[in-house]
Amino acid sequence: MAERTFVEETKKLRLGEGDTFQGEGILAVTKALLQSGVAYVGGYQGAPISHLMDVLHDAQPILEELGVHFENNASEAAAAAMLAASVNYPLRGAVAWKSTVGTNVASDALANLASGGVTGGALIIVGEDYGDGSSIMQERTHAFAMKSQIWLLDPRPNLPSIVKAVEMGFELSEASNTPVMLELRIRACHVHGRFQTQDNQSPRFTIDEALANPVRDTSRIVLPPASFQHEHEKVNTRWPAAVKFIQEHGLNETFPGEYAEIGLILQGGLYNSVIRGLERLGLADTFGNSRIPLHVLNVTYPLVDSDLASFCADKRAVLMIEEGQPDYLEQALASILRRADIDTRLHGKDVLPKAGEYSGKVMLEGLRGFLAASAPELLSHNEAAPLPDQATPTLPPRPPGFCTGCPERPIFTAMKLVEHELGPRHVSCDIGCHLFSILPPFNIGNTTMGYGLGASAASAFHGSKGGRAISVMGDGGFWHNGLTNGVANAVYNGDDDVLLIVDNFYSAATGGQDLPSSRAENPIRHTNIPIEQAVKGVGVKWVRVIDRTYDVQRMKETLTEALTTKAKGPKVIIAQSECMLNLQRREKPKVRQALKEGKRTVRQRFGVDSDTCTGDHACIRISGCSSLSIQPNPDPLREHPIAQVENSCVGCGLCGEAAHAAVLCPSFYRADVISHPNRWDRLKHRWRQGIIQRLQAWHEKRLAQLPPSAHFSGETHA
Amino acid sequence: MPDVTTATRPITLAIMAMGGQGGGVLSDWIVHLAESNGYLAQATSVPGVAQRTGATIYYLELFPEAEAERAGQDPVLALMPSPGDVDIVLAAEFMEAGRALERGLVTPDRSTVIASSHRVYGITEKSAMGNGILDPEPIRDQLRQHALRFIEFDMEATARRQGSVISAVLFGALAGSQTLPFPREAFEQAIRDGGIGVVASLRAFDESYQQAQGVDPTSGSSNTSPRETEAFPKAGESELDAMLTVIDSQFPEPVRQVVYEGVLRLIDYQDLTYARDYLALLQQRQARLQKSDTDHSCMRELARHLALWMSYEDTIRVADLKIRRSRQDRVRNEVKAEPEQIVYTAEFMHPRVEEICDTLPAGLSRWVMRTDWVRRPLAKLTQRGRRISPQRLRGFLLLLSVASLRRWRRRTLRYRDEWQRIEAWLTAVDRAFGISPDVALEVIKAQGLVKGYGDTHQRGLASFNSVMLAFERFGEEPDAATRLRQFRDAALADEKGEALQRSIGEWKPETNLEAGTSRIAVKQL
Repeated sequence: MAERTFVEETKKLRLGEGDTFQGEGILAVTKALLQSGVAYVGGYQGAPISHLMDVLHDAQPILEELGVHFENNASEAAAAAMLAASVNYPLRGAVAWKSTVGTNVASDALANLASGGVTGGALIIVGEDYGDGSSIMQERTHAFAMKSQIWLLDPRPNLPSIVKAVEMGFELSEASNTPVMLELRIRACHVHGRFQTQDNQSPRFTIDEALANPVRDTSRIVLPPASFQHEHEKVNTRWPAAVKFIQEHGLNETFPGEYAEIGLILQGGLYNSVIRGLERLGLADTFGNSRIPLHVLNVTYPLVDSDLASFCADKRAVLMIEEGQPDYLEQALASILRRADIDTRLHGKDVLPKAGEYSGKVMLEGLRGFLAASAPELLSHNEAAPLPDQATPTLPPRPPGFCTGCPERPIFTAMKLVEHELGPRHVSCDIGCHLFSILPPFNIGNTTMGYGLGASAASAFHGSKGGRAISVMGDGGFWHNGLTNGVANAVYNGDDDVLLIVDNFYSAATGGQDLPSSRAENPIRHTNIPIEQAVKGVGVKWVRVIDRTYDVQRMKETLTEALTTKAKGPKVIIAQSECMLNLQRREKPKVRQALKEGKRTVRQRFGVDSDTCTGDHACIRISGCSSLSIQPNPDPLREHPIAQVENSCVGCGLCGEAAHAAVLCPSFYRADVISHPNRWDRLKHRWRQGIIQRLQAWHEKRLAQLPPSAHFSGETHA
Repeated sequence: MPDVTTATRPITLAIMAMGGQGGGVLSDWIVHLAESNGYLAQATSVPGVAQRTGATIYYLELFPEAEAERAGQDPVLALMPSPGDVDIVLAAEFMEAGRALERGLVTPDRSTVIASSHRVYGITEKSAMGNGILDPEPIRDQLRQHALRFIEFDMEATARRQGSVISAVLFGALAGSQTLPFPREAFEQAIRDGGIGVVASLRAFDESYQQAQGVDPTSGSSNTSPRETEAFPKAGESELDAMLTVIDSQFPEPVRQVVYEGVLRLIDYQDLTYARDYLALLQQRQARLQKSDTDHSCMRELARHLALWMSYEDTIRVADLKIRRSRQDRVRNEVKAEPEQIVYTAEFMHPRVEEICDTLPAGLSRWVMRTDWVRRPLAKLTQRGRRISPQRLRGFLLLLSVASLRRWRRRTLRYRDEWQRIEAWLTAVDRAFGISPDVALEVIKAQGLVKGYGDTHQRGLASFNSVMLAFERFGEEPDAATRLRQFRDAALADEKGEALQRSIGEWKPETNLEAGTSRIAVKQL
């Protein structure tokens, strides 16, 4: 775990009875797991739940003391499958991943798990990456809960509610023999707040005890005839048990209000936005005391029909506030009201948008729409009029991109150069940092079909005679499932395309977690398993390893070779260089320390000669590095801005290599800055300078004598 | 029932930043500051991919703890900023303040905007083939108009001066703005408690605190203008004096400065004779232009572009520039080297056969290009680029010997090629003067398309040729100036020249530029 250490965070996991935890939402969940006597935890990293995995990884001593097993699962499917331990044994287990992408991957195991049901509490923590800043397709996890019949918790986004949801989630799971999902929106995962902690609990039943007394129960295995029985069990036994538990423990909350003829029904996760909206309409205070009654669904599946019916029964109209689509909850409520013959008018996605995140602005407008339709008298007339929409002047788009010095950038620089020479290719992308290639300035990549699926997504083109397709895959995707789905199957099908595997030593996009092929020595994991060996092991014959991605020329030549060689079978290029973010995190403090101690250090960085740069920016179009920027042209005769390298440059070398490979211009230089030079450095330098300065003076004098010239030896032009 | 009229509202802050600007650190400081001073704090962000250099927002709400205790209830705080609901907007870059504006987070009734005036250019601004920098002024105007208070200064410069980071400067400006109910010492304590880069952060904080209150940290020291214009040297030499007199007596005032610069550039590039040639070429045209070129824009641009073209970048020029004394200082300054540090540079050069031949005498050069057994091995030798260090003897001597070829420049192939082009262009310019000053201005400005080295230079030349061909063909049409201007823009729209060809095709779809005869006789380029 190189991106950062979590020593401070792990301390928070040790807080006990009556202490106050101050920190991030996802860390509160981690603490809540330990308070709930969890026996095993697993998952797969990805925003916004990466920190849960990172912190647990660094919290090994605490986990050992408590007797909790922690697993870095290979994928979300693997994590879900791990919950099988709770099928036969009263073991509390929890897994976490990014949703819906992770839930998609996990759905096979989840469906099997939910069919047979569980004995011990099984909790699935899903970080819902939906709305502003999301990097994935916009879908709802809700559908998975419904289809497999897994209960779905959506608590109010404050730390006490979230912690309570974890604890109640285990109990609900055990009471209804059903796995439970805890859905946390991205902001709730990252919210900084506080809650009162309790002591951590060792698991009441441990994995050691389970293995000492193996239990086998064929009625829990998904095979006929048990599988048919499971379906009936789900609706006739487990569902009613869950509803009973939810009611008895008051998991959903009803808040009264003086205007009782209307009401709001909402997903728990949206509570804060709804209150802020009401507050701005003058219908609630900052503490959440509302003038309109609220029914908060901290459990969004299953719904408690009778609670909803009684909330609605005496109301003229209700608004169902449900984010995302389809409108499952609104449909369910309509059906509940219809069956109970309740005539309350139902609003929902008629006044709120059908799709997209319910931001503060959207929420405010939706509430206003609902009130205008059902209780216009509540809309105060002195409410500040919405601002007239004004046209904002043009702003520069800021797509995410490769970090400064990223080793993946030169790969795409090379690909761009190959594209110039051999023409454009179909490029099948994967998931990971390398997907930034689809954005400017590279604009490379046609599709992305999922994690580890870059190679598989090019399968249809394997039979083509129209030139080879290129697929790209990161080391994360490779170990997630790319080795089997992508590589082994390409060999099996006799494919003839090019696969580029980016090996940057980490699962970089998710926060720099270790992988089987990581180079770091990890005390609790086995690393240093070479991708090359794995690839050869599944039968790839044509493998090229480039151990320095910054060598653009070699990268370019290798790509060209792969695209043009007569060799049959998949052509695999493994491009290796360490993720710069992690490298800098490790090396920077060392350099700082060395400088402090007065040791000789050499810092490399790049620069652009303002004298020779003509302002075409071709260098930027094949790089896009954030430290390669522009500045106004200092030359009074020129107009276009010139390139410049900012001091954030880490000296990765791409600028120079690209200038060479693309035959760009002679403006780039690499500066080697020697701090605390030793005597030999100083001597050499003085000697060189002495001779060079004399030569410079001689040269200037000679030019001045050139008849009839008068060379200006003074200041150069700007 | 809730009393919704008198209730205390939370203080809301939005931090507009880009990944890597330390928005998270700033957010942590504010949380710590609030929690240590009797406030409840809630902070959220959406990291993930946005963290990797993209634009991102950190959002905080602060609420007095005493107020919550009195009510016996915790406040319900929002997790994202809403239009009309933000008290303080902190922007770590100027256009990001514009993004707050775009999101409606800046409202006249409550928003204080604290923004750094410096720019971090977006990828589309940087990768444009010409000048893609967006104008910040409209944003500045709107911020002045829409914010309750607008505090702006160059925080990047402050951070640089104090050896710190922009988050510390923003924190200082936030304290200095006195929009939060905490004393200055509480802010400083938060930095100390953070424990990272404390000394530098406190220095940056201090300067920024004062700047936010209107103190100019650079007052007292001399203000250097960002663009160093060359002062015309006190010419000791009579020849130069003579040229000075010519410029002053024969050119109108608005043109003089550019002509000065041009003369200086060409003396620096070649010699006095070369500068005199330049002056003569301008003089001939000045006489003819006096009447029609009322605002002198044609003459000014011609002086500029002719000087640029005459000082085309060949290997001799590049070598010459790399070995200058002043250059070493510029590099040291750019990489921010301390006096006791030693700096060596490695210049990334990739001269190909073409560039080598450029600097050979025309006859020899043509022979090399024609003769396979010479050209091939030479091409092989120059396949890879070279790294040359002008601070080491070997590198310096190599560059010095190339730079010394300057005395033979007039005999090189490149010189002949360039002068053929320059003369053709000047003929076209003269022809265009006869049509209208507007058309002439466009023909002159077309030279700006030729820039760069190697392939870039070739591409620029091709675009220039297309524009000149268009001029030859349609220069006398009534909309010629507008069209030529559009072509120039189109030539800078994409690298492959597709927009330019499309644009020309749209004007005269029936015309194929490659074939046909021209109505305006210009020597083929």
